[in-house]
Amino acid sequence: MTVATSVFAVEGLRCAGCISKLEGGLAVVPGVASARVNFTTRRVSIAHDPALDDDSLKQAVERLGFVAEVFRGDLAPAEDAETRRLLKALGVAGFAAMNIMLLSVSVWSGAEGATRTLFHWLSALIALPAVAYAGRPFFTSAWAALRHGRTNMDVPISIGVVLTVAVSLFETMVGGEHAYFDGATMLLFFLLAGRFLDSAMRARASDSVAALLRQSAPGGHVIGKDGATQWRAAAELAPGMRLLVAAGERFAADAVVEQGQSNVDRALITGENVPVPVAPGGTVLAGTINLDAPLTVKVTAAVADSVIADIARMMATATQSKSLYVRIADRAARLYAPAVHSLAALSFIGWMLAGAGWHEALLIAVAVLIITCPCALGLAVPIAQVVASGALMRQGVLIKDGSALERLAAVDMVLVDKTGTVTLGRPVPAAALPLSDAETPVALALAQASRHPLARALVTALTAQGVQPAAVSDVFEAPGLGVWGVVDGMPVRLGRPDWVGGEASGNTLLTAFRLGEGPLRLLAFHDGLRPDAAAALSRLAALGLPVKMISGDRPEAVAAVAGPLGLAAESELQPGDKLARIEALQAQGHHVLMVGDGLNDGPALKAAHVSMAPASASDVGKTAADLVFLGDRLLPVAQAVTAARRTMAVVRQNFVLAIGYNVLAVPLAIAGQVTPLVAAIAMSGSSLIVVANALRLRSAAR
Amino acid sequence: MIGLAILIPVALLLGLAGLVAFFWAVRTRQFEDLDGAALRILNDEGPKEPPAP
Repeated sequence: MTVATSVFAVEGLRCAGCISKLEGGLAVVPGVASARVNFTTRRVSIAHDPALDDDSLKQAVERLGFVAEVFRGDLAPAEDAETRRLLKALGVAGFAAMNIMLLSVSVWSGAEGATRTLFHWLSALIALPAVAYAGRPFFTSAWAALRHGRTNMDVPISIGVVLTVAVSLFETMVGGEHAYFDGATMLLFFLLAGRFLDSAMRARASDSVAALLRQSAPGGHVIGKDGATQWRAAAELAPGMRLLVAAGERFAADAVVEQGQSNVDRALITGENVPVPVAPGGTVLAGTINLDAPLTVKVTAAVADSVIADIARMMATATQSKSLYVRIADRAARLYAPAVHSLAALSFIGWMLAGAGWHEALLIAVAVLIITCPCALGLAVPIAQVVASGALMRQGVLIKDGSALERLAAVDMVLVDKTGTVTLGRPVPAAALPLSDAETPVALALAQASRHPLARALVTALTAQGVQPAAVSDVFEAPGLGVWGVVDGMPVRLGRPDWVGGEASGNTLLTAFRLGEGPLRLLAFHDGLRPDAAAALSRLAALGLPVKMISGDRPEAVAAVAGPLGLAAESELQPGDKLARIEALQAQGHHVLMVGDGLNDGPALKAAHVSMAPASASDVGKTAADLVFLGDRLLPVAQAVTAARRTMAVVRQNFVLAIGYNVLAVPLAIAGQVTPLVAAIAMSGSSLIVVANALRLRSAAR
Repeated sequence: MIGLAILIPVALLLGLAGLVAFFWAVRTRQFEDLDGAALRILNDEGPKEPPAP
């Protein structure tokens, strides 16, 4: 059996019991080979029969009482090859540093003569291979920079480490007093720790434009002159061709309806989930789904000119502006590297001029390089970001890019989409369901037989009440009308009110249920607000961030949501309009946080300074956003902003600590007062202070 | 000095054993889910049998 693997982000994982419940529960689902929960990243990866699609797996997880969303693109951090290589290098450096320190302590406690030389030789024996192995990430990066005539943080590190080891080796050969092998390896250890954490945070390339193109239909059935249909790939479709689109199929091109009546799910383009009725003469867009009945449509635009292709183009250009952002650590490094080089060179020249021998002057220059090596500086940013992102992950916020927190902290304005962002983006019962206890199990059984959005909503609502489905026979779905079945000899119906026996209704969010000759039950649904939307928005306002709603929906629908929440709002915006709003604001110097979910928000999410999407968002929304939040709550948006601001405060404190340490230690080094013992204490001390300061962020996401 | 000749190799070998164990742990992906590993110990059932083909 071939096995496919799907990864889901899961909300509701809290304890050991949840792990075994989810893994055990999934393992018995037919077609599932195995399931493995990663509790740290709140994900489950399921090995399953390729015939099982994401949707049915998602439902299987939901039946177990968890909320799951498909997770695409990047893999778990530790699976990343570079992260693992850094972790191994870190292990080697740690091993070497500890063992050399063991020997060094004996030297510092007064070992002399032959014993000291023996210990120095042993240290060299450990240090040389360890430095050669663990230093590779720095050496290769420094060499690459030098070859292109540039310099980076790795250049002073590499020069410092190589020079230190070389001088120490020379000292060992001549039986000298000081060898800095412990300093060199400890330096590598702390630097690799910072590099490892940074790599675990770095974004793994996930291409949102590719995610978008995956959602467009690969092709369609073209009606020939003789009336026969033939399948053609999307690229071959040309204006004027007539397509037959079955119920449940995606339109492969923008088109005009010629024959048939149906409802179209336009959520992919507009993000609005209410199906739109279409009749001959109406237009349909590529990527939307024909819900109810077969349609004959005439293609109006080639695929390359369709709305979906336009959005893809806009997203590709919007991405370019964001790649210009320079991370705070890199900005610090640009200033730092030349300063360190000059200091070491100056102390060498200074001591030569002052009459010291080249040997003594070189030792002092090496001490300056060791002391100034940016251990604490290298840890300052990544450790803070890792601790803060761990805190956010516990609140259900996943960060996809380490620099997202930096950018989020600078935000001064928030733009939100309506459907799926401020609202849940799925129908929920507008009021308590008017069903008797005898009716609920039957309604659940019928609803389970359909994939219609309202039937799914009914299943969710009834399952949450603990209802078990009744045994219903002869279940039959009439596309576009409803579901029919027989229970205890009585016919039951769930579907459009006029089909079930009531009056026709223009409201597409109204469905009806009738058991036998019992009363007609009208079930009204609406797209509910996220439960804490008001609290979250007022908290954003309290953080000094004006919030504005930009939606593609109709003005009445937008006003109905924005009004009670007291939000300024714009409606009927095309994807390009949203993008233009954000670009205009950013041209005025604002830093915009965009929160959105739909494909129509894709360009805006890409263009904004930083962006967030709910985990229920479209693939495009999720891959385009920098942060993803799980669950029905909106509060994580405000929590993420708070956490980002606190993180940057800690990062700045860490910079002050790291630089303050240099200000104190460098004069000592230049004065020639830094022995290996002093260097070891100074280096580990400053790194530990920085780490301890960052650990205060563990409760940052409140 | 005889003590040193025994103790130093012993110390180094123990450290090396730790390093080898660390490499093994990285290669078998034991650092992927640290929070989960802390919780799994509370689950009663042993490792699951692979499902029958």
